[in-house]
Amino acid sequence: MEAIILQVLNGLDKGSAYALIALGLTLIFGTLGVVNFAHGALFMLGAFCAVTFSNLLQLSHTVIDETRTDFLGNPLKVDVPYIYDIFGEAVGSSIIDWAVPLSILFAIPVMIALGVAMERGLIRHFYKRPHADQILVTFGLAIVLQEIIKYFYGANPIPTPAPEAFVGSFDFGVMLGFDPGGIVYPYWRLIYFLFAAFIIAGVFAFLQFTTFGMVVRAGMADRETVTLLGIDIDKRFTIMFGIAAAVAGLAGVMYTPINSPNYHMGMDFLVLSFVVVVVGGMGSLPGAVLAGFLLGIIEAFASMAQVLDILPGINQIIIYLVAIVVLLTRPRGLMGRKGVMED
Amino acid sequence: MTKSNFTRRGVMKTGAVAGAGLATPTIFTSAVWAQGFTNEPTGDTVTLGFNVPQSGPYADEGADELRAFQLAVEHLNGEGDGGMMQTFSSKELDGTGILGKRVEFVTGDTQTKSDAARASARSMIEKDGAIMVSGGSSSGVAVAVQALCQEAGVIFMAGLTHANDTTGKDKKANGFRHFFNSYMSGAALAPILAAQYGTDRNAYYLTADYNWGYTTEQAVRESTEAAGWNTVNTVLTPLTQTDFSSYIAPVLQSDADVLVLVHYGGNMVNSLTNAVQFGLRERQANGKNFEIVVPLYSELMARGAGENIGGILGSQNWDWKLENELGAKYSGTNAFVQSFGTKYGFPPSQAAHTCYVQTLLYADAVQRAGSFNPCAVDEALSGFEFDGLGNGPTLYRADDHQCFKDVVVVRGKENPENEFDLVEIVEVTPTEQVTYAPDHPQFAGGSLGACNPGA
Repeated sequence: MEAIILQVLNGLDKGSAYALIALGLTLIFGTLGVVNFAHGALFMLGAFCAVTFSNLLQLSHTVIDETRTDFLGNPLKVDVPYIYDIFGEAVGSSIIDWAVPLSILFAIPVMIALGVAMERGLIRHFYKRPHADQILVTFGLAIVLQEIIKYFYGANPIPTPAPEAFVGSFDFGVMLGFDPGGIVYPYWRLIYFLFAAFIIAGVFAFLQFTTFGMVVRAGMADRETVTLLGIDIDKRFTIMFGIAAAVAGLAGVMYTPINSPNYHMGMDFLVLSFVVVVVGGMGSLPGAVLAGFLLGIIEAFASMAQVLDILPGINQIIIYLVAIVVLLTRPRGLMGRKGVMED
Repeated sequence: MTKSNFTRRGVMKTGAVAGAGLATPTIFTSAVWAQGFTNEPTGDTVTLGFNVPQSGPYADEGADELRAFQLAVEHLNGEGDGGMMQTFSSKELDGTGILGKRVEFVTGDTQTKSDAARASARSMIEKDGAIMVSGGSSSGVAVAVQALCQEAGVIFMAGLTHANDTTGKDKKANGFRHFFNSYMSGAALAPILAAQYGTDRNAYYLTADYNWGYTTEQAVRESTEAAGWNTVNTVLTPLTQTDFSSYIAPVLQSDADVLVLVHYGGNMVNSLTNAVQFGLRERQANGKNFEIVVPLYSELMARGAGENIGGILGSQNWDWKLENELGAKYSGTNAFVQSFGTKYGFPPSQAAHTCYVQTLLYADAVQRAGSFNPCAVDEALSGFEFDGLGNGPTLYRADDHQCFKDVVVVRGKENPENEFDLVEIVEVTPTEQVTYAPDHPQFAGGSLGACNPGA
């Protein structure tokens, strides 16, 4: 029983990342009709916003420590962050410790600006082109973006830890009345799940309860009619692209303490996120979220030792097997709408 | 009209005498290898091919290897401070290139993919005339390129490759490995693990699903079982896996009190990070502290894992602190660190060290053989005993072209003082303890075959 609960929890945090990426993909597809293969790169760029912000906080000047030597036997050069000079060492180190959550504030404007620039600068030229062209250009863009990141940050993962207060894990099993040590769950993964739920709720509320969201939803349903009413729907869709980029970016920012970011992390999530979108139903926001969590949990169960003993390697194909079964029984996906991608 | 004194017979006689005279300095050493071979250098330069991952997940390791190769070439050509050439037990290298030919090099990108690595090695051999190929950060690549070099008739001086197969079932006469292997990691680690954590331990293995993972898991498992440990479970993990939480969770449910992560590169960084997140370092199991072991360490990986690496035991081929901490037995280490650190501003990784050493060893073998012929190099390197290259006394065993030397057992530092001070040396396991018979079951199959000089 403990194993099952633990795998559900594991599935929820993995599903959170799938759901956030798939939500952004669906927003872009639903508004602009673009199949954006660069969306995984936006997730990766978000993670590197956290790395960059952390690096900015640690910008330093060098002080020579004559009492110690470096690896060559020369007097040791010690880096002292400027933030220590401004706020003192205690406050400065606390700010650096909280770099990941604080970098949300940095990532939101950066990712929106990147999203808008991407849409205006490149993707809008491909609206009327076939989906194959869109896939090729966005996939190419993803490769360019990851190579740029690799050039500046290297290929190895960069440790970006959670604040000290959230390092470690708590015994969830004891809270449920099980034996101690049976269901141990990291604090940060729980925070990631709650954060994802908050962002997803925020996006839905934004679309459901604001005038802007109402217009966007109307545009998604019938773009021509909304345009005929004199509304500049293109501008709103561009903003939605920026918001989708920010959602992917925030998913990346908060993911950095779970797995140290590297330039390739976007590609690792991209293909699975597309499967999530297809299983959820092309263009369906609730479908993307539902499928994200569902496939995350199923994947976690497929990685259990007991399952692998019976079906070796099943964890590597389970998501695709589920996709095949869903598409055979519900060709439009779990919550797909009629007419989407059917022309 | 003038009458010439030259006759055809006279010219032939004079030519024969002059030719014999010119050949005298080398005739006793290289006559056996005078016949043609692939990419025989004819001008006043010789080209080496450095095939390293310049893109892909091991690009940082590849960059460090390339730095080391460049440094080695500088030293061979008499530039810089000479590095390990000053401490190397063989004194054949004098800074005038190799056999008087200035050393040039070309580079290729393996992308850490066997097919890409073979393609770039083939290009270096066929288009650029490389007489020797070196480098690489993966056993899959090493095995593939080694086989290509054997076919092409050039020498392969392997870079970072740790799987037993490279000098086991896939060994080739034209291939040589300085880096240690999976068996040696197991043999070096097991006694120290038993001493540090006790002999009554239950180990759970998460193993990368490819040849390096299999051989390393087998080596560590057999060595630790011989020391009294019990293996609870072994689980293969896909190379593409990034989140290992679903693999870590079953460890919590098992009877294990040790987790062995047979992962390398990004896999290792992620699996170790996940294991620490799930509280395994603080966990108590079977009345003991739960422990994590990473059989193959790398400084670059340790940097990626950050503070999670603290307290984790593993093994290395070499460490830049060896001579400072363990004395003159490991001479050459400081000379190399000084050269490398002065040029690049940070200490070299073990990948850089092995590539630098391999380049010097190749050059020295050519110099001693008096020929670039791969079969001459094979003869010069096989059974060669040397010292002063950072690892202490070392043997290039003739039976399998594997180097035998001490293995460094390390532990991640709990409170590193700087980004280069990530591991501490726990102990150095002596050569005798990591030496095995050429027909050891973990290296069974395959044969070295005969050297191939190519053309």
